[in-house]
Amino acid sequence: MAKAEVTALLNPRLAVRKRIGSVAYVIFMLAILIGLAGLAALLLRVLWQGVPWLSLHFLTDYPSRFPEQAGMKSAIFGTIWIMALTGLFTVPVGVGAAVYLEEYAPKNWFTRIIEVNISNLAGVPSIVYGLLGLAVFVQILALGRTVLAGAMTMSLLVMPIVIIASREAIRAVPSTYREASYGLGATKFQTVKDVVLPHALPGIMTGTILAMSRAIGEAAPMIAISALVFLTFIPTDPLDEFSVMPIQIYNWVSQPRPEFRGIAAAGIIVLLVVLLSMNAVAIYIRNRTQKRSEE
Amino acid sequence: MIPTRYRRLSGPLLLLAALAAISGCGDSPQGGSDALSGTIQIDGSSTAFPVSQAVAEEFRKEQPHVQVNVGVSGTGGGFKRFTVGETDISNASRPIKDSEREAAAANGIEFIEMRIGTDGLSVMVNNANDFVDCLTVQELNAVWKPGSTIDNWQDVRAGFPDQRLRLYGPDTDSGTFDYFTEEINGEAQVSRADYTASADDNVLVQGIAGDRGALGYFGYAYYQENQESLKVVAVDGGDGCVTPEPSTIEDGSYKPLSRPLFIYVNSSSLEKPEVKAFVTFYMDHGYQLTEEEGYVPVERSIYEANKAAAGL
Repeated sequence: MAKAEVTALLNPRLAVRKRIGSVAYVIFMLAILIGLAGLAALLLRVLWQGVPWLSLHFLTDYPSRFPEQAGMKSAIFGTIWIMALTGLFTVPVGVGAAVYLEEYAPKNWFTRIIEVNISNLAGVPSIVYGLLGLAVFVQILALGRTVLAGAMTMSLLVMPIVIIASREAIRAVPSTYREASYGLGATKFQTVKDVVLPHALPGIMTGTILAMSRAIGEAAPMIAISALVFLTFIPTDPLDEFSVMPIQIYNWVSQPRPEFRGIAAAGIIVLLVVLLSMNAVAIYIRNRTQKRSEE
Repeated sequence: MIPTRYRRLSGPLLLLAALAAISGCGDSPQGGSDALSGTIQIDGSSTAFPVSQAVAEEFRKEQPHVQVNVGVSGTGGGFKRFTVGETDISNASRPIKDSEREAAAANGIEFIEMRIGTDGLSVMVNNANDFVDCLTVQELNAVWKPGSTIDNWQDVRAGFPDQRLRLYGPDTDSGTFDYFTEEINGEAQVSRADYTASADDNVLVQGIAGDRGALGYFGYAYYQENQESLKVVAVDGGDGCVTPEPSTIEDGSYKPLSRPLFIYVNSSSLEKPEVKAFVTFYMDHGYQLTEEEGYVPVERSIYEANKAAAGL
């Protein structure tokens, strides 16, 4: 008897199961291909439209009504300002909240309500945060339509992402580490500071990267705070007015002159480059800290 | 020893701080003898935005240290800020409403209205549409009035072919929408709602260009930039069919869809030398720049009259 016949005798449904297996493989493969094709189509279209408009002056010039003179300097610097301040506000508060919830808070109905609400906040549409920021920061706190108000709004928007990711990371630190630390006589704060946080840092960084990536592309909440699209100065302090890249791109897309569609695409490319390099830096830091925490 | 775990973070953080610091350099005002400085806040209509942007851009060449910020919150959104004194100048694609006037008065804001040009709302159909050349205001009203159920061109006018009708128009925050509904339906903001609405006029251009049965409307500048891909429809306001063109918009024969464009200037802002200089510049170059941006300028004498009204 040939080997195949033996197998068939021993396991009559093997051929069918194998066929189902290969069908499943094709389905999963298609799933990823559809996603990739959509991304590729988007990227190719943006590159096709935008690359001819890319040049150094596009980065160093202010907006203009002439497509060939238009640049996004004010928007680039506005975005850098917003991102830097958002990071400054979000990371300490977000990580602090996560540490409290994981390490200090008692597990009762009250903290469970807080947890559910944080998860829900992560799903609230961003324009809602924009309107909240407009009411609270711009009007009630009278910060005006400034970088500070924008960054605080953006911090509220991405805070839940940082909290959730940081909690996951903190939870993933084995409890034996904490027990060992206590065993050596360390206090709770020393344990958190010197044992838990260093080991959770890679996960926290990942959450922060995700949060900042979301923030950099948000147009809706920023338009609620500042709908400025013609700005020929860059912010010099947190109480200056600002524009950000997504607002600028949004405005270019809606201009009557068709050339501005190309300018908008070029703006999208710049936004993508800034986003990717921001992520690259963060991933580099994460990998270095990860190596250390494994030592 | 232990804090070294965190020391690795300090490099990138420093980099970030340095970047923030750099952004502060570069444009430090130097201030010549007759150089003005200060900030002028402009917000309002996205229709009038291109004109104010053009003026701001040209003004910057004369007064590089005056910061002119132009936003696009819409005519109504702009007035909300203007009437509480947040902005110096408000762009508008319709005259100020009584309610907005009252809000300004309640906040002690006085202002001067300056007409800068005229826009002709353009009614558009698909290029392949060979049966519509002109529509009367009554026909437009029949199509666009609230509750209208017309969804086929043969119901618009006897003799039109059996062709599905699909509608495109600006969204309800737009001053264009306000003006069109006021003129066609008799009351601002009143319109049938089952149409493709977009705040982005280019979306409307794309929609109409790709739909044989389309009917839509938007500002004249968008028609001008898309003349090849769309067909404009003449409008009969009672005195025969008139196509939107600079001449018909200017002399008012394109009616009722010619609408005025304004800037509103806060009177107390006018006491600041930089605002004074900017508004003077606006009126001196308004004719040319309004035309360049695809709108129809008003007569030169009106810009002069505006200046006189502001004591410039």
